[in-house]
Amino acid sequence: MLSNLNFRATVLSLVMLVVFLGVWQLATAPEVIAPQQGELSEYEQLMGGGADRSSSSGIPAPTQVFSHAFGELSNPFYDAGPNDKGIGIQLAYSIYRVLLGFALAALIAIPLGFVIGMSPLLNKAFDPYIQILKPISPLAWMPLALFVIRDSNMSAIFVIFICSIWPMLVNTAYGVASVRNDWLNVAKTHQLSNLRTAFTVILPAAAPTILTGMRISIGIAWLVIVAAEMLVGGTGIGYYIWNEWNNLDLASVIFAIIMIGIVGFLLDASLAQATKFVRYAD
Amino acid sequence: MSKGFLEIENLSQRFPQPDSSDLMTVFEGVDVTINKGEFVCLIGHSGCGKSTILNVLAGLATPTDGNVIMDNKEITGPSLDQGVIFQNHSLLPWLSARDNVMFAVRARWPNWSKAKRLEHAERYLHMVGLDHAMDRKPAQLSGGMRQRVGIARAFAIEPKLLLMDEPFGALDALTRGVIQEELLKIWSETHQTVFMITHDVDEAILLADRVLLMTNGPHAQVAESVKIDIPRPRERATLHQNDAYYPIRNHLVDFLVNGAKEMSAKAQAAAARGDNPRHSPRIVNPAKPEASPEPGPRMVRAV
Repeated sequence: MLSNLNFRATVLSLVMLVVFLGVWQLATAPEVIAPQQGELSEYEQLMGGGADRSSSSGIPAPTQVFSHAFGELSNPFYDAGPNDKGIGIQLAYSIYRVLLGFALAALIAIPLGFVIGMSPLLNKAFDPYIQILKPISPLAWMPLALFVIRDSNMSAIFVIFICSIWPMLVNTAYGVASVRNDWLNVAKTHQLSNLRTAFTVILPAAAPTILTGMRISIGIAWLVIVAAEMLVGGTGIGYYIWNEWNNLDLASVIFAIIMIGIVGFLLDASLAQATKFVRYAD
Repeated sequence: MSKGFLEIENLSQRFPQPDSSDLMTVFEGVDVTINKGEFVCLIGHSGCGKSTILNVLAGLATPTDGNVIMDNKEITGPSLDQGVIFQNHSLLPWLSARDNVMFAVRARWPNWSKAKRLEHAERYLHMVGLDHAMDRKPAQLSGGMRQRVGIARAFAIEPKLLLMDEPFGALDALTRGVIQEELLKIWSETHQTVFMITHDVDEAILLADRVLLMTNGPHAQVAESVKIDIPRPRERATLHQNDAYYPIRNHLVDFLVNGAKEMSAKAQAAAARGDNPRHSPRIVNPAKPEASPEPGPRMVRAV
């Protein structure tokens, strides 16, 4: 059994987790004055030295985080007013914004990428715009979006849209442009119409590359939604973190960080699963 | 001269060169006639433009000059009348063997019911001995099996003209032998008109009614049309026992080793003089040497 790689990796992962939690627990234990937490004294300075010193650093111990997490997760969907919603509701808002922005981006990026990939002319014509728009931080669009859209929720969705569109557009165009000539010749010698060629040859041939673009996009979208929600406020996991930071509830902050990681992992894994359906061995 | 099923008329191909304003003439003035049901192989050295001729016949390339008439219609683009088998199989890797053939059958007969298409596709896969592997994707098939799927796909659409560009070039000798015999079997059942490019003299003798020999490029010409006067059915195992086998083989090999170069030099000299390059291949039957060479113009065809 020890020769099984997966088993050994699992054991090692668990050992690392236990060691990490142990160090964390010891470092945050009240009687130990942790010398390695220089950055925290800076934090304390920022707080004017007014942080609660009952625990040595103000950082909650893992046990506190877990008991807090248990409390939150046992009732994730409660709604007690604008500043007190369950973690499930906050995550649901964020996921809703990400999925909506992502879907709108896919709706535009995939057909447009298809056309750009099939036409060398359009490819060259669009290229300078894509190259300049792609590296813009999506949050830089926020003020413009807020001004034009005049709705903070829609602005957050727009920011997700604008950051999701580029990886999908570029990957779709690349995937379509690099479909093997042999396969296109097969379509030609079988007298397929352009539309049939697009759907029965180019789309399946480019699908793995398109899915890779979608996977990159959803990853970026999930990174960006936290920052966007911190800016626009109201609801969502980004707002939740910022709110708990203002409450100095670090256990909630740490809990939220872990939840962001888990949801991001699930989003990525679901697209990885989708990629499996379209992948082909050549 | 009666019109054949496939008429290649005065076909020439010239390409622009990167470092010169002159065009590079790959081949020129090619006149070839192929009859219905004939199996014709084209042999020549690399770079003489064999594949370009095949691509013109497939409608995938446009010649600089000349035209190709098939069944009284000019070939202007790819169509289902010309089936093509490429060297690198070009199967769609996301489809199973069956679906690859179904893909072609559906393109050919869009109005057929699914059951009829399936029955048709499976019949051709059965002909190439792939009953057990129909559900496999190309990546799960050996090189020989992939090429068989390609053959099944091309035959299944029952094209007027079947074009093969070194279909067995990437296969090992044993597999190649087996598939050649399968190809012969299918061909004897369907009697397609076949135009095939090969490098393999023995393959050409086994399969073809006629072998066209091309001189080296530039200014390549289809110099000879060698009749393979060996009765069918032919078998690889006994082919060499036929009296005609060695004369034919020697003739072909001699052409490739010596003749292709010499004639190429003559053709280039003629091109430099500005002679009309239009030519019909000289008809040769090495099995009956007294019958050849046939008298007649070599460089300019009498119309």
